Amino acid sequence: MESTRTVPTHSAGRWLLFLGILLSALTLSGIAASPAMAEDGSTATPTASATPTEEPEYDFTIKGIVKNDGEPIEGVTISVEGNGFQADTETDAEGRWTIGVPEKATYKVTLDEDTLPKGVIVKEGGATRDAEFGQTKNVTVAFFLGEGVRVTVSFFDQLVQRIVSGLNFGLLLALAAIGLSLIFGTTGLSNFAHAELITFGALMVLTFGVTLDWPLWIAIITSLVLSAALGWSLDAVIWKPLRRKGVGLVQLMIVSIGLSLALRYTFQLFYGGSTEQLPGATLPSDIRFGAVALSWVDLVSMGVSILVLLAVAFFLLRTRIGKATRAVSDNSSLAAASGIDVDRVIRIVWVVGSVLAGLSGILWAYFRPGVSWDMGFQILLLVFAAVTLGGLGTAFGALVGSLIVGLFVELSTLWLPSDMKYVGALVILILVLLFRPQGILGRRERIG
Amino acid sequence: MDWGAIFGNAVVELISPTTAAYALAALGLAIHFGYTGLLNFGQAGFMLLGAYGYAIPALKLGWPVWACVLTSIVASVIFALILGIPTLRLRADYLAIVTIAAAEVLRLVFTTNTFQDVTGSANGLSEYQAGLLQFNPFPPGRYGFGPWIFDNRVWFFLVIAWIVVALAAVFTWLIMRSPWGRVVKGIREDEDAVRALGKNVYSYKMQSLILGGLFGTFAGILFVLPRAVVPSYFQPSLTFFVYAILLLGGAATILGPIVGSIVFWVLLSFFSGFVARAVEAGWLPFMTQVQAGQLRFILVGIAIMLIVVFMPQGILGNKKELAFVK
Repeated sequence: MESTRTVPTHSAGRWLLFLGILLSALTLSGIAASPAMAEDGSTATPTASATPTEEPEYDFTIKGIVKNDGEPIEGVTISVEGNGFQADTETDAEGRWTIGVPEKATYKVTLDEDTLPKGVIVKEGGATRDAEFGQTKNVTVAFFLGEGVRVTVSFFDQLVQRIVSGLNFGLLLALAAIGLSLIFGTTGLSNFAHAELITFGALMVLTFGVTLDWPLWIAIITSLVLSAALGWSLDAVIWKPLRRKGVGLVQLMIVSIGLSLALRYTFQLFYGGSTEQLPGATLPSDIRFGAVALSWVDLVSMGVSILVLLAVAFFLLRTRIGKATRAVSDNSSLAAASGIDVDRVIRIVWVVGSVLAGLSGILWAYFRPGVSWDMGFQILLLVFAAVTLGGLGTAFGALVGSLIVGLFVELSTLWLPSDMKYVGALVILILVLLFRPQGILGRRERIG
Repeated sequence: MDWGAIFGNAVVELISPTTAAYALAALGLAIHFGYTGLLNFGQAGFMLLGAYGYAIPALKLGWPVWACVLTSIVASVIFALILGIPTLRLRADYLAIVTIAAAEVLRLVFTTNTFQDVTGSANGLSEYQAGLLQFNPFPPGRYGFGPWIFDNRVWFFLVIAWIVVALAAVFTWLIMRSPWGRVVKGIREDEDAVRALGKNVYSYKMQSLILGGLFGTFAGILFVLPRAVVPSYFQPSLTFFVYAILLLGGAATILGPIVGSIVFWVLLSFFSGFVARAVEAGWLPFMTQVQAGQLRFILVGIAIMLIVVFMPQGILGNKKELAFVK
C-alpha cells in the first residue's frame, strides 16, 4: 500500500529542517554584509591579475554617472537586464555606477526613479535605455535628469502590474506544460527535449519573419506548421521505434536528455549565441488599464493563449480523438483493447504538443523579450514544476500549475532580487512534493 | 595538420585532474543510479556544494583544509536530506525533476549578485588553494615525461585526485559486496520484495543518496582545485556529461565510471582538437572555430542516445545486470 505511506507524518520536524536551512542562508548573507569580508573578496577575483582595472570582476562593464545640475546623486538604483542576465547596483558618493556583464550583447539599463531625490525625474529618453557594446569592453550610459513631478507607483499598483504580468507568463507556460503533460500521460515519457520544441518555434519565426522578412503572421503560421512537422517526425523517427523496441521509461527519459543536448547545441551551431528580437518585441507598454500598463503584444499574447487553451479543452473534452487521448492516458492497454489506435493517438499528441510548445516559444520570445538558442531550456524547469504542481499527466492540472508558477515568479520579484526570480518557483515545487506529492489535481495512484 | 599536438592533447586527458573528478562524480552516480536505481539529475548541485563548500571557508574565513572539506561534507549531507525526504518515497522521475530543480536553485543562488561578497557571483572565486598547497611535496618547476608535463601544482592536485578516486573505488567495491550493497541492489531490482524482507527501503535509499552525493561533493572539490570556481561550471549539462560517462563505462560497475571518464575525455579532446585543426586548415569551410567547439556537445548528446538504446550495459557492464528500472 504505497499510497498511504506518502502522507507526511513528521511535518513539524521537516519544517524545523527548512527553518534551519533558511537560518543558515541568513547567516551567509550576514557574512556578505560584513565589510571586512567584502575586502577579502575584491582582492581575490580571478581576473585581478589579468586586467588591472578598478572593477575587475567582469570582462565587460556598463557604467555611467548620475548627476542633476552638476550635483552627483548617491544611492540611485541602476539595474541591467538582457540576454538572460540581470544585475543591479547603486551609485556611489560621486554618482558613479558600474555593472559588470558576462558577454557583449545589448542590455536594458533601467534607472529606478523611486530612488531619485524628490522632485527629480529622468527628463529625456526615459528611465530605461539600451546599452550596446562597440569595439571596447566598456559602454557608458547617460541619463538626463531634471526637475519634474514623478508619477510614483504605489505598492498596490506594482502588485496589480505583477499579477497581470504573471498571468501572461503563466498562460504561455501552460501552453508548453499541457503538451508536456499530454505526452507524459499517453507515453509515460518525461520529455526533457520539450525545451527544444519551445525554442524551435521562436527560432523559426526569427528565420522567416526577420531573416527572410516574411510578414509576421505568415512567419508564425509557418513556424507552427514546422513545429507540427518536427513533433511528427520526432515520434516517427525516435519515439515510436523505441516504444516498439520495448525500451524502459528511464532509458527513454535519458534518450530525451541526450536529444535535448544535441538539438540545443545544433541550434547554437546555426544561430550563434546571441539574442535577437522578433518584430514588435520592443513596443512600448502604452495601453493603460488603471495601474496596469501593457503593450498590444501582451494583450494579443494573453488573448491567443486563452483561445488556444480553450480550444485544447474543447479538443480533450468534446471530440472523439480527445476522448481517445484521455482514454490512452488513463490506461493504454485497456484503450487498445477497446479498439483505440494507441499509436495514432500518441502521434496526434506529439503533433499537438509540439505545436503548443512552438506557440509557447513564440510568446516567450515576446515576453522575455528575445530569441536565443537556449531560451526553451531556461523555462524547461518551470514547465516541469508547473506540470508536477498540477499533477503529472493531467492536462488541466498543468494549466493550474502553470498559472501558479507564472504568478509566483512574477510576484516574487517584488521581494526577491530579479536574478533569483526562478528560485521561488522551484522551491515551491519541492515544498508541494513534500505535502501533496500527487499535485493539485493529480490522483494518488499515479505517484506510487 | 599537427597530428602530434592533437594526440598529445588527447593523451594528457588520460590522467588529468578533470578526468579524475568526472570519474569520481560518475562513481557517485553509479551508487545512485547503477546500484540503487535512483535517478539523481542533481549531481552538479552536489559538485557545486563541494566546490564552494571548500572555497568559501578557505578564502573568506581562512579555515584549514580539513575544516573546509568538512564544510563541504556537511553541506552535501544536508542537501541530500532535503532532496531525499520529499522524493524518495515517490516514483523515480519525481526524484529526477526535483534533483535537477534543486541543483538549478543552488546554481542561481550562487550566481545572484545579492551574495556577491561571499560567492563572487558570476565570476566565482579563485586562489583558495593556498592552505592545501603548503603540503605540496613536489619541488617547484615544470616536469614530467612525454606529453605529461605539468607544473608542481598540477602534479600535486593530480596525485590527490587519483588517490581519492582509487580509495572511492575500493570503498565502493567493498560496500557493494557487503550486506548493505546486496540490499541496495535488491532495491534496484524489486523494491517491494526488499520491503517484504523487512528492510527499511526508504532509509537505504537515503543512505545511498547521501553516499553518492558525497562522492559528487569530493569530485566538486577535485574539479575546482586546479582552477577558479565559477557557478556556470555547474549547469545541468555537467550532470548530463557525468551521465554520459557513467553509461559509457557501465552503470553498475566499479571501474566503469573510471574507464568511461578516461575514454570520454580522451575521445572528446581528440575530436575537438581534430575539428578545430580541420577548421584551421580549411577542411570544413562552412564552419567557424566557435561552431567547432559546439560540435562536441552535439556529439555527446547523440552518444548518450545511442549508448542508452543500443549498449545500455556500457563498456564494462554485464548484460544480465542492466541497471534500468523498467
